[in-house]
Amino acid sequence: MSSASVAVAVQDLKKDYGSVEAVRGLSFEIATGECLGLLGPNGAGKTTTVEILEGLLTPSSGQVHVLGRQWGQDDLEIRERLGVCLQQTVLSEKLEVGETLRLFRAFYRAGREPDEIIAEVGLEEKQRARVGTLSGGQKQRLAVACALVGDPELLFLDEPTTGLDPQSRRQVWDLVRAFKERRRTVLLTTHYMDEAERLCDRIAVMDHGRIIASGTPRELIRSLGGDHVVEITVGEGGPSPTPEELRRLPAVRSVHTEAGHLLLTVTEPHLVLPALLEQLASSGAVLASLATRHASLEDVFVSLTGRHLRDG
Amino acid sequence: MGDGVRRRAFVALCVARFREYQREPEVLFWGFAFPLLLSVALAAAFRERPPEPSRVVVLAAPGAGPVRAALDSAPLIEVEVADEARAARDLRMARADLVIVPPATSADEVEYRLDPSRPEAGVARARADDAIQRAAGRVDPVSGHDVAASEPGGRYVDFLVPGLIGMNLMSGGMWGVGFMMVDMRMKKLLRRLVATPMRPADFLAAQMTTRVVFTIVEVAVLLGFGHFALGVPVRGSLVTVFAVAILGAATFAGLGLLVGSRARRVESVTGLMNLVMMPMFLGSGVFFSVDRFPESVQPFLRVLPLTALIDALRAVTLEGLGLFSQAGPLLLLATWTVVSFGGGLRLFRWS
Repeated sequence: MSSASVAVAVQDLKKDYGSVEAVRGLSFEIATGECLGLLGPNGAGKTTTVEILEGLLTPSSGQVHVLGRQWGQDDLEIRERLGVCLQQTVLSEKLEVGETLRLFRAFYRAGREPDEIIAEVGLEEKQRARVGTLSGGQKQRLAVACALVGDPELLFLDEPTTGLDPQSRRQVWDLVRAFKERRRTVLLTTHYMDEAERLCDRIAVMDHGRIIASGTPRELIRSLGGDHVVEITVGEGGPSPTPEELRRLPAVRSVHTEAGHLLLTVTEPHLVLPALLEQLASSGAVLASLATRHASLEDVFVSLTGRHLRDG
Repeated sequence: MGDGVRRRAFVALCVARFREYQREPEVLFWGFAFPLLLSVALAAAFRERPPEPSRVVVLAAPGAGPVRAALDSAPLIEVEVADEARAARDLRMARADLVIVPPATSADEVEYRLDPSRPEAGVARARADDAIQRAAGRVDPVSGHDVAASEPGGRYVDFLVPGLIGMNLMSGGMWGVGFMMVDMRMKKLLRRLVATPMRPADFLAAQMTTRVVFTIVEVAVLLGFGHFALGVPVRGSLVTVFAVAILGAATFAGLGLLVGSRARRVESVTGLMNLVMMPMFLGSGVFFSVDRFPESVQPFLRVLPLTALIDALRAVTLEGLGLFSQAGPLLLLATWTVVSFGGGLRLFRWS
């Protein structure tokens, strides 16, 4: 393993709290310059994993290398090069935005100009505002700014947009993209599939302390067998097509039922739709709704676990 | 600390803490306004007053007349004649200090009814008995007279102000360090800070340093107010007074660190803090001397840090004694400081 090209290497990582196994044997690597997303529902072990990588928790077993170094040996060295944005940190309410950032800057030997970062996260007008007066989105951008002020090579973001409004989420995404453009490495946890899809080069899907699938967003979606999803609902009272019947239609790769809907994963919608309509008409079923969309990571998660990301 | 980045981090932490402190309106109230108000209120309640007259009720019965006349002519006695029921009620409600059942004939005895646990009752009985005996013809074999002698420094407010300063140092250290640590832990701010290259020891050192600086300000304000507004004497040198105060502040910052070293919730640290502070509020001689407590508990009260601090503060301000005379209490404070810091650092958790 050359430490120049691998920013983070994890081998057979386990963490248990008494009888509860939060992380049950993870192995993955993050290449320098890559953005890896840990995607999974609440309680999947994402935060535990990130906090071990941040040196805040000690693993029960397994190997962790961060920037070619190990926790317990080169802690200060790692911390100098690491940017951390914890899940829901409350910064001191009585300090001003600029003061907070200058405080964090003082901890690092080398770093960036606080004023420059404030401009980058769009808080120039709030420079002199107390942290307690900021909105949720502004506080989160300040938290990201605090993670960036040491000019880190590696950035850890734990659920960076949970609880934010859509506009604030996009602002945080822009910050992460700007960081990536400078060829820096990011590890991000999220339970939003759109966030993972937009920001991450590669995604590891976590569930119950394990990685159950990983790859680029495209690869994961392709693993479903088709890029598109056709969702239909048939009217009550009439006959309903069975999944087996639908699977025989052209271009259909798989069929799920979910809360009264039928979900067909398909390769080419223009081939399946005429055949589907014809089949429904000939069986006498009444079509109540029909929608087609691109397959998403959510569909990947559902096909892997039978549950939705938000179900936890 | 020959390391530039560590010095810079330490200074930045001190500055941040100082700003937070100064922007906290509660701090200004509890740190300054509250002790000032308390000293003014207590000084007013216990101010020097002319001696209080004794309130005596004579039972309306045969023979009440001469007794009343005898008491009326005596100084510092307020007399009233009342029936049995009224007299009993006045005595019970402490509206009367003494009830006198007059003798029906000269062969009978005077009966004094009083609550012996009330100091006023004893005084009233002595005054009344004196007046009745003299009216009956007693001649005192020895005569004497009183000279009023109020020594400045012997007033209650003089006793109180050093006590309040001690109390303030205690709550400042306990809340300012202990409570704040738990609050920062609960908000994950401590966790965020240890995720930076900041050295934990520098962080704790900055907390202690700022606490000591605030102490100097708080003590200066309280002592200045006591001295200039209430006339409390400061007989020792200011350097000595501040040296004692700073050691006291360090002790309670250490205790605050110990109490706040593990708790994850504000509720649990508040309970713990009250558990530690309450015995000292009551038993360390803030409001009245420790000597008033029973002999058996005094050894325990004497080892409490607040007792030692207040004893030393009173000795150096009121009596003008030097540091060496206070070696005992100061050594005790130093021991508490070392033990609580050591324990606090050992137990401390960042998340």
